[in-house]
Amino acid sequence: MIWLDTLVQGVLLGGLYALFAAGLSLVFGIMRLVNLAHGDLIVLAAYVILGICSATGMNPFIAATLALPVMFVFGWLLQTHLFNRVLGEDILPPLLVTFGLSVVTQNLLLEFFSADSRKLAMGAVEAQSVTLGPFTLGLIPLATLGSAFAVIFALNQLFYRTALGRAFRATSDDRVTVQLMGIYPQKVFAIATGIALMVATLAALYLGARANFDPTIGPARLLYAFEAVIIGGLGSLWGTLAGGLVIGVAQAFGAAINPEWQILAGHLAFVAVLLVRPRGLFPRAND
Amino acid sequence: MSEGEPLLAVEALTAHYGDFQALFGVDLHLDPGGCVAIIGANGAGKTTLMRTIAGILRAGAGRVLLDGAEIQRLAAPEVLRHGVAMVPEGRKLFPSLSVEENLLIGAHERKGDGRWNLETIYDLFPILRERRRNPGTALSGGQQQMVAIGRALMSNPRVLLCDEISLGLAPVVIRDIYAAVPRIRESGTAIVVVEQDIGQALKIADYVYCMMEGRVTLSGRPSDLSREAIHDAYFGVSHDLA
Repeated sequence: MIWLDTLVQGVLLGGLYALFAAGLSLVFGIMRLVNLAHGDLIVLAAYVILGICSATGMNPFIAATLALPVMFVFGWLLQTHLFNRVLGEDILPPLLVTFGLSVVTQNLLLEFFSADSRKLAMGAVEAQSVTLGPFTLGLIPLATLGSAFAVIFALNQLFYRTALGRAFRATSDDRVTVQLMGIYPQKVFAIATGIALMVATLAALYLGARANFDPTIGPARLLYAFEAVIIGGLGSLWGTLAGGLVIGVAQAFGAAINPEWQILAGHLAFVAVLLVRPRGLFPRAND
Repeated sequence: MSEGEPLLAVEALTAHYGDFQALFGVDLHLDPGGCVAIIGANGAGKTTLMRTIAGILRAGAGRVLLDGAEIQRLAAPEVLRHGVAMVPEGRKLFPSLSVEENLLIGAHERKGDGRWNLETIYDLFPILRERRRNPGTALSGGQQQMVAIGRALMSNPRVLLCDEISLGLAPVVIRDIYAAVPRIRESGTAIVVVEQDIGQALKIADYVYCMMEGRVTLSGRPSDLSREAIHDAYFGVSHDLA
């Protein structure tokens, strides 16, 4: 029963990793951009939520709804004025730019918020749980997993049921021919990055609700996100969710065996999956 | 070529790939509802001309006029909004999209109704209705070409640029595809066809341009062009019979 409980807790943790990864997967799937600043942008979003909470006294959940459009606009501007300038045949310039953005973001956050750890005060809900049969599940972890499923479902609906989703997929396929359809790839990319940062904001909400954060933890979040995306199959949204769950479950079992093995177990699971399926669990057919 | 105002006029157009000049002062006229064919060997500049008109390749000197308005400085999406759609060489369907989605994305920027929609495209190419759920790239070459033409028509263009639509297709399939041309013209859409099959070009076009090494070396009505003149134009001897 202890192992079953560990599995359940791992799945709940995996929901958070899936949220970390969903925005990264979205951006990579559409524009083949590996955003090395993704983890730092999640942390930035957490500080935006924190800032709104501090300024207004709002609950973080409500503050997050205000942070969502702010982060969308920030993502749109970032793509329009920075990433679009370096996207092209050569993958190195965008990698370097996002690496630079990562460093700049961390240092700006240190400058404005210091290195002190912060946490989003969620109130009584932090300690609340529900009992389902033999399992006791925290409300925040449950909400995290539920949000991960909801985000992946919503992104899939957007991709496969809307004109914007068609434009996303077509632009991902061929960014020259799509211009003959009247579509500017740069505008599509800007919308995609805006949406990715909205997803990052949701991830930031649950990150700040579950644990302390400070300006330097972004790269570790990026690593988990990147592993989840690769395990799932680059650009596959449901695969990204599966990837997050694999890492979460591996970490939970690692921690159950020895608390020092938690992080290592996640990385070992990543390597193990790639040994068996080098293109991830659900690779896109046309990649 | 005509006495009225042309719908599309290309005047002394040049284009480059880096330092390499690919077009040297090309002229072309297309009447409303008309059909012109551009013939020439590989490397003659036919595709470059189409890509430059469509806005994919930046024009150098010269002008491209649509209804008298200059469009040679516009990006491809703006050229489409002005009413010039292109069927690119090699079809270039989007592998992630189904047949129907490939058609729908052709109407991505369309505002309002028009002659062409899913139903009229399926009437034009009935096989596509049966295959509408299939991935576009899972179809045969001829069916893919039908999708590419349908996709371009979905924007209800005034001018349709067709680049090598018979390339790599069996003669019977080519016949089926070209059978659609009269219906497209009846809808009011004028057509520019790039074609290596000279016989096919002479059959469907009101006017033919022969290109070689980035220049128009021969032009005229099909009935005015002799087999010898066309043969000579391919090899650099110019006979303007217009």
